[in-house]
Amino acid sequence: MRPLLLLAGLALALLPLWLLEGFHLFQLTQAVIMALAVLGLNIVTGYNGQISLGHGAFFAVGAYATAIPMSLLDWSFWATLPVSALICGAVGWGVGFPALRLGGLYLALTTFALAVAVPQILKHKAVEAWTGGVQGLFLLKPEAPEWLKLNPDQYMYLVALLVAGVCYLLTANLLRGRIGRAMMAVRDNPTAAEAMGMDLASIKTRTFAVSAIITGMAGSLSAAVVEFVAPDSFTFILSISLFVGMVVGGVGSILGSVFGGLFVLFVPNLAEAVSRSAPGVIYGAILILFLFVLPDGVAGLVRRLTTKKRVIPGREPS
Amino acid sequence: MTTRRTLLIASGATLAAPNIAPAQEAPGVTANEIRIGSTNSLSGPASAYSVISTCLTAMFRRLNEEGGVAGRRINFIVYDDAYSPPRTLEQTRRLVEQDRVAFTFNQLGTPTNNAVHRYMNQRRVPHLFLATGADKWANPREFPWTIGWQPSYRVEAQIYAKHVLETRPNARIALLHQNDDFGRDYLNGVRDVLGPRFDSMVRVATNEATDPTVDSQIVQLQASGADVLICGVIPRFAAQAIRRVHDIGWRPMMFMTNVSVSVGAVMEPAGKERGVGLITSDYRKDQSDPAWANDAGMNEWRGFMQRFVPNGDLNDNNFTYGYGVGTTMIQVLKQCGNDFSRENIMRQAANIAPMDIATLLPGVKVQTQPNNFNVIRQMQLQRWNGTGWERFGNVIEGANI
Amino acid sequence: MDGFAHQLIAGIATGGIYASVALALVMIYQATHHVNFAQGEMATLSTFIALTMIQAGLPYWVAFFATLVVSFVIGALVERILMRPVQNAPVLTHVGVFIGMLLIISNATGWIFGHTTKAFPTPFQSDGLLFGGLVSAHELGSTAVTLAVLILVYLFFAHTSLGLAMRAAAYNPRSARLVGIRVGWMLALGWGLAAAIGSVAGMMVAPAVFLDPNMMLGILLYAFAGALLGGIDNPSGAVIGGFMVGVLENLAGAYVVGTELKLTVALVIIIGVLVVRPSGLFGRVVFSRV
Repeated sequence: MRPLLLLAGLALALLPLWLLEGFHLFQLTQAVIMALAVLGLNIVTGYNGQISLGHGAFFAVGAYATAIPMSLLDWSFWATLPVSALICGAVGWGVGFPALRLGGLYLALTTFALAVAVPQILKHKAVEAWTGGVQGLFLLKPEAPEWLKLNPDQYMYLVALLVAGVCYLLTANLLRGRIGRAMMAVRDNPTAAEAMGMDLASIKTRTFAVSAIITGMAGSLSAAVVEFVAPDSFTFILSISLFVGMVVGGVGSILGSVFGGLFVLFVPNLAEAVSRSAPGVIYGAILILFLFVLPDGVAGLVRRLTTKKRVIPGREPS
Repeated sequence: MTTRRTLLIASGATLAAPNIAPAQEAPGVTANEIRIGSTNSLSGPASAYSVISTCLTAMFRRLNEEGGVAGRRINFIVYDDAYSPPRTLEQTRRLVEQDRVAFTFNQLGTPTNNAVHRYMNQRRVPHLFLATGADKWANPREFPWTIGWQPSYRVEAQIYAKHVLETRPNARIALLHQNDDFGRDYLNGVRDVLGPRFDSMVRVATNEATDPTVDSQIVQLQASGADVLICGVIPRFAAQAIRRVHDIGWRPMMFMTNVSVSVGAVMEPAGKERGVGLITSDYRKDQSDPAWANDAGMNEWRGFMQRFVPNGDLNDNNFTYGYGVGTTMIQVLKQCGNDFSRENIMRQAANIAPMDIATLLPGVKVQTQPNNFNVIRQMQLQRWNGTGWERFGNVIEGANI
Repeated sequence: MDGFAHQLIAGIATGGIYASVALALVMIYQATHHVNFAQGEMATLSTFIALTMIQAGLPYWVAFFATLVVSFVIGALVERILMRPVQNAPVLTHVGVFIGMLLIISNATGWIFGHTTKAFPTPFQSDGLLFGGLVSAHELGSTAVTLAVLILVYLFFAHTSLGLAMRAAAYNPRSARLVGIRVGWMLALGWGLAAAIGSVAGMMVAPAVFLDPNMMLGILLYAFAGALLGGIDNPSGAVIGGFMVGVLENLAGAYVVGTELKLTVALVIIIGVLVVRPSGLFGRVVFSRV
């Protein structure tokens, strides 16, 4: 059953390549990127119970890790991905350390502070030569190989889909396995998990690293698709958007992350179509209404529909 | 860096070849409509500028009521980008590829316009009269489809620095600027003029848009012993700086960016008497300045506001800005005759004979030539006398370092 | 050394701003065990309401107290209308609702009242600065107001049965209900009081920073940091924390790393402190049991 579903999903994901063009395909590419970024956040917050309001910072690190080598050193896009993963993983691991001691609100503050600080650090004169300072950096998106016969928008969609698909599969595997169960055990009852011999510190920091890598990959893709990075692209509002995407899609759900990505990209446009004078009011209202109807996100609805009688253990991180 | 950048442009030029529509079926133009696109921060932290779109929309409504241009109505489409560059690219592509606008006009912000700069030039879509004072837009050789409007912040800072050198050659300068592209231009402009003397003459402090106050920065700059203070900050911090400088008894020769000199939004909140002696260099008339109470141009603007933007805040000088840039746009459309191809629109935008504009200072002209995309080049120094701005010296054209 | 004293006092003045907002955060935390991320925007809205009343000709203190009442009602209504439907949802959903509120209120404030910077009157008038140019009358007066609010909050929670009931409702709703506390009304009351305290903060902050719809955007983060640094379950700790953040940030900007990184450095220090003392400097240590 599962391989069939996967195949159907793949076909569905590839369909837009021929159905959509230009602007719409570009928009969908960005939605795929947001979905990937939300997935990264979901790993640490949804599956490991550590609240992060600062994943935009990892997104930014990933974007610059791709933009700097591409723009200044003429690297190919593909070559920057491992570098970006390495850097984001290291940063995520480092952020995981204060997280060991801090829970709940304190962690929310720490991560939010990170989101606020990163744009300032990018602008600082010590790193300006590499980051381009307030002016940012320009780069060129990778070109499609001749034999593929795809235009740049189609190719970028394919690239984003490929990277996101691989990340989603790896994450799903990780979460289904031993590590995933350990992560959830730490979320649901840390004291019991520790009593059973789990190394809380190592699980938490490593989860942060994995989560940062996934969100960082989304940042890398975003830099290539937009062909421009600047500190203003990565304000704390981005972090909040990712958080909204996670909550709306479903905390602790892989499929929910896909929906979250679509939500944060398309609903602002919907809000704008309703009211030009105050789109933020409409967006906020849609968000709240959504949470009223589906308090545990789209994934919660799907879960309720598919598992009729099984009791769902509480998925609320403490 | 330069070689790579020119390379990028060259590759852009070859990519952009297909899809040039014949003049009769110019994109975005039908027998009775011209579609124009724009992006602005309708939501998010920069939404103070969204009133510019309100003003422009009202101006096009007035134009349509008067019969439009060459029998065509203007359809002005504004999208929200929340001041986020990736979103600007998305919305601009929506305008160009889905709504098929003829061109975009007065898109807001430096980082945001940066994100679409190359796209517009590759696609050969006019990218007109941007709402940003960065100086990179006047580069017709490399980016022939992009043109700014207001004088650059950098030139403004150069004017201040030159004035300092003329009046106080041994000055010790304190510079307060916002840590973003807007504030950074004041740093660059002062550095342009002072050159190697910069490090010994200038002490710099910065603020973030999210800081609550700039009190600490002012105290710090005062302690450096400076006798000149140049500020490149947004209105809220400008009012704080003027008040603080006065209250701690510091009496430097003080310069304020013309972004933040509105009587209603800066001078009155700060306390009119506290700002006496403040110097700025502007190109606009300030609506609350009594000198323009019976000015024909300003009365034209007031009449427009009353009829078309009755709820607009008359103290907000984004409306005089909007009126100026809107008038320029309408002039270009009228110059187009019956040919609204992108090529001709761009040609006309690059050939505006020097013209006066109702909300700009006398002697300040709007003009363009194919090799010079600095639309407004003149400014005049003015000093706050406690009730209004008093212009002094000649109208200055460029800074000629 | 004169410069240092000035910096210190500028820091204390800014810290007073954070402290007053931090108090509102503590209030809502004590009453609901949540941190309301829209607290700052609600305070800004209240301040605009006060300004509208003052411009309509009401005397300052009449407008002041009228704003307290209006803000209280708005806060309680927000709890009844927006929080009630998600009361059993996961905590992250609540944060989602707070973010939605933040978007709605900040956008609506700009839409209704305009974006231009406005002066807001202070009841503590003086010409220039006092004590040799160190502080303004407003800075002294608003600090006094913050301390007065602090004392009221302390007395309320420590010495009134209503305050005790409110804390019980937040701490353990089920047991509170069993002993006859109307938990739902306690939550609404807590929201109302937090909104009222927030409006005081707004009216004290606005004369110093000038009023516009984004006035509280940056302040909330600092206030949040101050509240956590001092201990979010301890009103006086939160106030001290707010002052400390202000001083720390200004001194770091003036003497350590320059103004460009002062926020970053201040936050790093705060996080460092929290890592050593996870419940804040003056917070209660909580043990967890299996």
